[in-house]
Amino acid sequence: MMDIKVPTDQKKKRVVVAMSGGVDSSVAAALLVEQGYEVIGMMMRLWSEPGSGPAAPANRCCTPDQMADARRIAAILGIPFYVVDVQDYFRQRIVQFFIDEHERGRTPNPCIECNRQIRFTYLLERALALDADYLATGHYARVRHSDCGYHLLKAVDETKDQSYVLHVLGQEHLAHVLFPIGEYTKDEVRELARQFNLPVASKGESQDLCFLGDGDYRRFLQEYSDKAGRPGPILNSSGRELGQHDGLPFYTIGQRKGLGIAAGEPLFVLRKDVGHNALVVGTREELGQDDLVARNVNWVSGSAPARPIRAQVKIRYKARPVTATVAMLADSRARVHLDEPVFGMTAGQGAVFYDGDICLGGGIIADTPEDTLETANSQIVEDGILT
Amino acid sequence: MNKKHIYLDHGASTPVHPQVIEAMSPYWTEIYGNPSSSHEFGRAAGHALDSARRTVAGLMNARPDEIIFTGCGSESDNLALRGVMWAARARGQGNHLITSCIEHGAVLQTAQQLRDHFGFDVTILPVNQYGQVDVRQVADAIRPGTALISIMAANNEIGTMQPVLEIGTLARAHGIPFHTDAIQAALVTRWDVAEMPVDLISLSPHKFYGPKGVGILYVRAGIEIVPALTGGGHEEGRRSGTVNVPFAVGAAEAYRLAVEEMPQRRAHYEALRDRLIEGIPAAVPDDCIVTGHPTNRLPHNASFAFRHCSGNDLLIHLDMAGIAASSGSACKTGNPKPSAILQALGLGEEWTKGGLRLTVGQQNTLEEVEYVIETIASVVHKLQKLNLLFA
Repeated sequence: MMDIKVPTDQKKKRVVVAMSGGVDSSVAAALLVEQGYEVIGMMMRLWSEPGSGPAAPANRCCTPDQMADARRIAAILGIPFYVVDVQDYFRQRIVQFFIDEHERGRTPNPCIECNRQIRFTYLLERALALDADYLATGHYARVRHSDCGYHLLKAVDETKDQSYVLHVLGQEHLAHVLFPIGEYTKDEVRELARQFNLPVASKGESQDLCFLGDGDYRRFLQEYSDKAGRPGPILNSSGRELGQHDGLPFYTIGQRKGLGIAAGEPLFVLRKDVGHNALVVGTREELGQDDLVARNVNWVSGSAPARPIRAQVKIRYKARPVTATVAMLADSRARVHLDEPVFGMTAGQGAVFYDGDICLGGGIIADTPEDTLETANSQIVEDGILT
Repeated sequence: MNKKHIYLDHGASTPVHPQVIEAMSPYWTEIYGNPSSSHEFGRAAGHALDSARRTVAGLMNARPDEIIFTGCGSESDNLALRGVMWAARARGQGNHLITSCIEHGAVLQTAQQLRDHFGFDVTILPVNQYGQVDVRQVADAIRPGTALISIMAANNEIGTMQPVLEIGTLARAHGIPFHTDAIQAALVTRWDVAEMPVDLISLSPHKFYGPKGVGILYVRAGIEIVPALTGGGHEEGRRSGTVNVPFAVGAAEAYRLAVEEMPQRRAHYEALRDRLIEGIPAAVPDDCIVTGHPTNRLPHNASFAFRHCSGNDLLIHLDMAGIAASSGSACKTGNPKPSAILQALGLGEEWTKGGLRLTVGQQNTLEEVEYVIETIASVVHKLQKLNLLFA
């Protein structure tokens, strides 16, 4: 039997666990019960695809089956279980945001926004209203407390680490958040599910977008956006037309295949020119970027560093961290200069800063550095000047 | 701190009375034969079923062959509507059903199915701000092809009693069968079918301290119904399927106790209900209204709507505080749709998601009621603040 590690003080405190019916949140709930907390299970109904029937793509989440699973786990654990419907709010704030961002030529990470606006605000407020001391989730991440405050750490299992989407949290959130499974590897979590006799151990756990049942964002955009599928020219960086694209949202920065153009050397998607509805392609060399501006930057510690700092930066959820210099600008923006170029930097994705295991914070990659550099230069704060 | 366990959802279900459990006990392992069998085991079971039927009939001043045991109250409603309308069509006598917009789903969904899948015409009458049907509107809706009028005796969500006797009289004058879903009203009304112009009555024992899994349908002799469940021809060919003998026995005993103890039970419920109806709006002034008719309502039902509140949230907070209640604006899936019934009363958007129903029972006390009043006041204030945060 594995030792169950105790991440925090285990006095009898009340925790609301966000449950999805999946193995991660179920094991999180079981651990908290084992550790002596007074646990309340809560499931958020976020999205149900309209017109669902046998022909419609199944939701990945929030289906009646998943609700039944979560309810059953709660009954097995002997904890109360409630469902909170957040569908309208989720659709307005997250789904609409997802569509709008794609229409603006960006590639959003809606999980970041959901954590920012729903999970750790709406749900956290509801948990606190129930006199809970904490909200717990099945995220792979860790919280630590020291004299300097609360810290957000990567999960023990780096392959599953979700601190990237949690970079939006601050001190006031972390004071009330628990991530029980961040202390374990994925294999250990499955083993715990078996030990706790939870009927989820063999379930698949996906980290795709929850409102895309079939994982196909192209199909989703075609259905919900009338601007998405507008064809336009594919241009090279000199402006020469090389072909036609089917709609900017259907391409990703750094994409090479499926462009339908013949060229002497491999060509990659460099950026989306929304103004001209053009897809700009170029060589791998041209694709490399080592500069970016991040907006809506959040610092987990609650205060931005006064001077530029060195950090490891991830420009995508699954990206390899690259060492960089990060300097604050005005209006919660930051200038990030990477030590080496990255290929496939995309506006709308998160740029998240790390100091080893510690997630310092991050922001959203602003529209291409070339477009924002002039604005950025004119806003550099006096004592944080980039060299 | 000891967690309280205050049950205020008797409109949803009730615990089984000890005398009912006692009455049912021989029928698990001692008297277990199929009532249709001709041997001694069957005869013993058949006799028990027959006695249960006679007991129910006697309490309603009806004939035993006018009592059908079904699987639940909803099935009784289904059988009443479908049975009468199909029979009318088979005789070539009428295609039209009149009902109201605040019926329970077992009536409304069945009516809608009759309309959408079986080609019947259905008139769904509106209600006033108390949820009452206007008898004149019923009269206006009657036309040559009307084959059934179905109006519930009391609404489950807001407790309002309907003018059943007037509607029944009107129906009889036109020779139209009249059905009433009396599932909530068994607690208050002595159904004397010799006196009352009502032709079909649905009852549900688990609302009056009997078991779940059995229902009763009274069908006046001469009213023809086409069965929904066909097979062995049980219940005089009107509802096939082996009757659940212990539950039929339990149903009869529960009904007997309900009628015998009606005055005392009513007095007990009304005292608690009236305290809730007085105390809760006083504790939440401006943001609470009593829904349903202020006086002509079920003796055990106190229902409210709270402004800027979600029924789902109310129930969660009350459950955490040890109070079990229900809401027409809520359900297990957390669906936040406004209550159709509150909408039918003409309430504005800021009220219709905030319905709360408290239905008292035998074991509730005045002390519990005081705790409930206090708790609801603080929960509502907390939730209103929360909802404004995320408006």
